[in-house]
Parts: sequence; C-alpha cells; structure tokens
Amino acid sequence: MKRSYNFTYHIAEGFRSIFTHGLMSFAAVFMIVSCLLIMGSFSLVAVNLESQLGKLERDNQFLAFVDESYTREQAQALEGKLKGVENVSTVTFISKETAKADFAAKHAEDNHAGLYADLPDETFRDRYSVHMEDISRLEETVAAVAAVEGIAGYQAAPEISEGLVLVRNVATAVAVILSVLLLIISLSIIYNTIRLGTFTRRDEVAIMKMVGATNGFVRAPFIVEGMILGLTGGLVAFFAQWGIYELIGRAIHTDRAVELITLIPFQSIAWPLLGVFSGAGLLVGTIGSVMALHKFLQV
Amino acid sequence: MIRFLDIQKTYDNGTKALKRVSMRIDDGEFVFLVGPSGSGKSTIIKLITGEEQASAGRIMVNGYNLNDIRPNQVPYMRRTLGVIFQDFRLIDKKTVQDNLTFAMRAVGASPREIRKRIPYVLDLVGLNGKEDRYPGQLSGGEQQRVAIARALVNNPHMIIADEPTGNLDPDRSLEIMSLLEKINELGTTMLVVTHEKELVNMFTKRVIAIEDGRIISDETGGYYQNEEII
Repeated sequence: MKRSYNFTYHIAEGFRSIFTHGLMSFAAVFMIVSCLLIMGSFSLVAVNLESQLGKLERDNQFLAFVDESYTREQAQALEGKLKGVENVSTVTFISKETAKADFAAKHAEDNHAGLYADLPDETFRDRYSVHMEDISRLEETVAAVAAVEGIAGYQAAPEISEGLVLVRNVATAVAVILSVLLLIISLSIIYNTIRLGTFTRRDEVAIMKMVGATNGFVRAPFIVEGMILGLTGGLVAFFAQWGIYELIGRAIHTDRAVELITLIPFQSIAWPLLGVFSGAGLLVGTIGSVMALHKFLQV
Repeated sequence: MIRFLDIQKTYDNGTKALKRVSMRIDDGEFVFLVGPSGSGKSTIIKLITGEEQASAGRIMVNGYNLNDIRPNQVPYMRRTLGVIFQDFRLIDKKTVQDNLTFAMRAVGASPREIRKRIPYVLDLVGLNGKEDRYPGQLSGGEQQRVAIARALVNNPHMIIADEPTGNLDPDRSLEIMSLLEKINELGTTMLVVTHEKELVNMFTKRVIAIEDGRIISDETGGYYQNEEII
C-alpha cells in the first residue's frame, strides 16, 4: 500500500518538476523529438531502400546468352553449371523462339510492330534468365556466369542496384552517425534539465534528507521527470514522423518523376517504430537523469 | 539515547573540531549544549545526524552504531531525530499544512496517517487554524513553531534544536523554549544548542559546555556560568 502512495507521489512530483522549469523541459523534449525525427527519417529511407532492393532481388534478373554454335541440348545442359555459380538462386532457360515471341508481344502495340513480324528465329539466341540471392553482388555474379563455357554474352544493368545499395548504405551510415550525435546532445539536455531540477529543489532535497527520506525516495521524482520527458519526446516524434511520412508518400504519388518509388505503408511499420521511439526516449531520459543524479545528488 | 565515546573529529583541512569528547544523553533528557562559535557544537550535531563521520571514537544514536552503519541505514537513523534550525528552513511555496505533509510523505507516510497526525502536532505547537498560511505570512516565532511541528511530525525519539531562538526576540524565545520543554515532558529527548545565557538560566536543565573541541563542564540542573564562552 505504501508503495502505491509513493508511486503516485513520485509521478505527481515528476510532472510538477517538469512544469516548474518549463523552458528547459520544452528544450529537452524538443531535442529528443529532433533527434528521433532525424534518426527515424534516415532509418525509414534505409528501410524503404531495403524494401526496394528486396523487390529488385526478387524481380531482378540478367540474361546470359548461349553460344550460337551450341545445339539446343548443349544449351540446356548449361543449366546445371549456371546453378552452381555462387549467388545464383534460379536459372530459367528461354529458347530463341520464346525470346522472339516475347519480343514481338512486347512491341505489338508499337507503331513499327510490323518491322519485327518477319524476323527469323535465328535473330535471337537461346538464353538463360539468371536470378540472384544478393543483388549487391550483381557485378561479380555476372562475371562468374560469363566465365562459364558456352555463355557468349550477357545483358545486365548493375547501375540501378548499385545506386540503390549506395544510397541505402549512405542513409544507414548517416542515420547511425546522426543518431549517436543527437543522442549525446539529448542526453546532455536531459542531464542539464535534471541538474537544474536538483538545484531548484535543493531546499526540499535537504529537508527530505534531514527527515530521513531514503536515497531512492529522494531520487525517484527526478528519474520520473527524465522518463516523462523522454517518453513525451518519443511519442511526439512518432506522430511527427507519421505526418512527415504521409506527406512524402502523397508527394511521391503526385510527382510523375518519382512515382515509380513505392513507400512501405506506414501502418506496417507503425508499431515497431512506436516501440523504438518510445523505448529510445525512455532510455535517454532515464540515463540522462541517472547521470545527473549520480553527480549532483549525493544523498 | 546518544553516546559519544572518545570522539575525535579532524576535518580535511586539518582543523581539529573535537578532541576526545565523551558524553551520554539518556532518553527523555533535556540538555543544553553551549559554547562559543567554533567550539565544536555544530560538529557534534553533524556527527549525530550522520552528515559527518568521527575520525576516532564510537558514537551510538538511538540504537544505531554510527561507526559501522550502512549508508542505506542512515535515513532510518535520521527518522529517530527531528532537527530544528535557527533559520527555520521552511519551504516558502508550501503552506504550513503542506510543509508538514512534505516531511511525512518523505518517509512514506500514508495520506490517512498524515490526516491524523498533522492536526495533533499543529495543536501541540499552538498553530491551530494556520494550516493554510504560507511561511511568509507568519511571524518569526510562528515559523519556528512550524519548524518544530515538522521536526515532531514523524514522531522522533529526539529533537536537536540548533540555535532555535537565534532569530527571535526574548519573548518569542521564551515561548519557543517553553514549547520545547513541554514537548520534552511528553517524552521526546531534547538537545538544544544555544548562546542565550539568560534563557539557559531560566530553565534548570542539564548544561554541557564545550570549548575548543573539549567538554569543559557537564552539570545536571546547572547554569550557563562561564561568561567567557558567551
């Protein structure tokens, strides 16, 4: 029973303290929101690029053309060798006839569709559609496939995947670096807010110590204050991130230049993001206040 | 009960505040501790409240051995003491009632205990009807009564009053000292540090005189006789 009195007391004192030095509290929440928003934005860019890369990995294929001197049987016999190449997940044989039919179908609606109608089958070559496990290794996989005897050429566009991988890596690195920097700044702001709290409440602390309050009782309101600031920052950042994400999503939909980019629906990442934001906020608030108390409240 | 046995206290700067001080204050006693500035009175209070530790010797306070008390036991030892200061040390932003509530909440008292105890203590110190006043709205004597009420509110075994009348006129000083005597008669041990010679002489209590870190006299029913230590 006594514990529940103390719990509500600490919560009430924590809130009271926040409003007592409102400007510092606002600054602390603002810094946590900024930190989490920047960290979250870059992380969401990385998550979306990862998703795009996943799609590319599923869709991405390159074509490996079989040597024209090979018979159909010889060409089909290459399948086993190609499957043995590292990073190759599946290979699909496409005969020259099928390739021609696909080509004709693809250009059926072109104004010059007639030009392709009478192409002989020999214009095309037997080929393999090669799928990979890791798109970032496209270049080395293409080289390994090209080295297989009987493969005369290939058609691949490594630039797209390389570009996406590069942007993803940069976004991840920026997210990590900025997160660390901003977390340090947030910790410092929380630290100073709690330090200010211990200073403005020094008389109360002295009286508490004098009448026999335990160390935990004296410290608890300050830790609660840090936790409330951190959690508030985390929740505000979550909703702000949600709004920004939706705005960007709408902008992408209405811009033809970038409409091919598809964002992951926010709802699918909302709960993990809420967990990360509130967890990070709580952690920063708690660590910051514990650090300040360790230095400024020797009870 | 307080026992000092061959207590020595030397501060980090080399000042020898107490030199082989031994004394015993039994439960229910009323004791004046007198002496000039720098004689070691404040050091004795700090040693009793656990703010400082003795350099040598043994101290027992209300059943706690302060020589090997664990840090997490210090608050519980302090709950057996009530401390009153010359400058009252009330929280200006809190009413009389809230100042007392604050002291009780700090030791984990329930709202029911608080509701029951505070009216009794306010009645004891003569502050009935002033629960909602702020310290700034009270006279010096009334503020000291609030401080006494705060010291009493957690029902300590002993009250330590450090120059409790230092900021009050003679009439108010007498009132406060009479109040402390009344509280003592109700069973609370009282240790009063003071300079007020006339006041000490009005109450025929035990007087421990200290000078230059040594006890120079300890007489029950004695007077504050040494003019030089005023």
